[in-house]
Amino acid sequence: MFRRLCEPTLSITVYIDGREVRVADGDSVSTALLCAGNLPVRRTSVTSAPRGIYCGMGVCFDCLVTIDGEGNRQACLTTAREGMTVKTGSGRRSLSAETL
Amino acid sequence: MISSGERDFVVIGGGVVGMCIAFGLIRKGLKVTVLDEGDRALRASRGNFALVWLHTKGIGTPEYSKWTRRSVSLWKQFADELKAASSIDVGLEQRGGFLLCLSEEELQGRIRARGQLQHELGEDHHPLEILRRNQLAAMLPALGPEVVGGSFCPLDGHVNALRLFGALHRACELRGVVYRPNSTVERITPVQNGFEVQLPGEKLSTPRIVLAAGLGNANLAPMVGMSAPVRGERGQIIVTERLDRFLDYPVGNVRQTDEGGVMIGASKEDADFDTLTSTPVLADLASDAVRMFPVLSRARVVRTWSALRVLSPDECPIYDQSKVYPGAFLVTCHSGITLAAAHALDLAADLAEGLLPRRLDIFSARRFSNVPTVM
Repeated sequence: MFRRLCEPTLSITVYIDGREVRVADGDSVSTALLCAGNLPVRRTSVTSAPRGIYCGMGVCFDCLVTIDGEGNRQACLTTAREGMTVKTGSGRRSLSAETL
Repeated sequence: MISSGERDFVVIGGGVVGMCIAFGLIRKGLKVTVLDEGDRALRASRGNFALVWLHTKGIGTPEYSKWTRRSVSLWKQFADELKAASSIDVGLEQRGGFLLCLSEEELQGRIRARGQLQHELGEDHHPLEILRRNQLAAMLPALGPEVVGGSFCPLDGHVNALRLFGALHRACELRGVVYRPNSTVERITPVQNGFEVQLPGEKLSTPRIVLAAGLGNANLAPMVGMSAPVRGERGQIIVTERLDRFLDYPVGNVRQTDEGGVMIGASKEDADFDTLTSTPVLADLASDAVRMFPVLSRARVVRTWSALRVLSPDECPIYDQSKVYPGAFLVTCHSGITLAAAHALDLAADLAEGLLPRRLDIFSARRFSNVPTVM
């Protein structure tokens, strides 16, 4: 289980698969996923292999999730914002289904 | 030809063209060694757009159109054989393909091209159809308002390029082709009953040899009494994130792979041996793709890259055999994917017999005898 090295003030609320998760100001969405234990974050659309937070720096594209309705977003490169909705487990992004 | 000795053929070049020849030769029971370069080879195969494509190919050279059509018609059998030999499904989809026109002028050009094809091919009816916008939209629901019309060839299709390359290598390996990477050929010397091939620190001998080294053929061909006046033409490619299927047919410059990514391409530049990408060219490619399919404006680009097409002066393939040194053959083309089936099932079977058939004479490099060799 992921454990923080220090305990910051948890001032931000995000919703991961409908569940309320409290995180610190400046945390990434991948941190929120790790703290909430939402692993794997998805399965690949080709072989259904599980994927988690791997490189943590925007290179590997493993941590793709749907954020505020937009698919295939990199959790590690997205800063958590108050009220943000995160959906794990999504497959290929559907451009036509998104209403942005 | 009856197999004897350590090897019957050396194939120089481990790209799609060379591996198709190797697959076809071993299919005929011959012993084959493939000599390939390393990861830094120019390798047109890594830049291919994975189209199985007849469409308007061969305008001005009806034999090329017929040869392409032959290959397109063999592709299903080839894909099935590859799957049986490698357990890899190359994802062949062959339900037709489109070229789209963004102006009336472009569409008129396409209509003229179709007329010329029909005229040149005579009784060999060419299946290309011209479609207006409303007909296109019925088959391509994501079509943008700027598309005025286009052409459709029901024989066209595409494959998964990465899996095709993997399947060829796997099939050849399992059937006993000796594949040697990092084996850049320094010199070929004709000797009694065959050839000596000089590699770094080693010599191989072979009774027969096929040059399938892409742009490298230009240097290798004269060593065995042939010529290969080929030049590199750079093409740049964009690939997007994986998306839900929105495009059911390949378009010449936009195709959605079976795994969801969208490939955007078709740029043409003279660029010597430079395989970098450039923002203005990529921007033009992306712009055309978005005009054709506006939904792509929201797609993320994952990678861009470029590679060099291998083009002869008339852009048709070169198939040749050395008059001076029998047993030396040359194969080079721009459309290695489209022609893969004909190379593996037809051409390699002829090579296995030790002679190119008369019907391929038209593709000899002797047709360029008045063209200076471009090195």
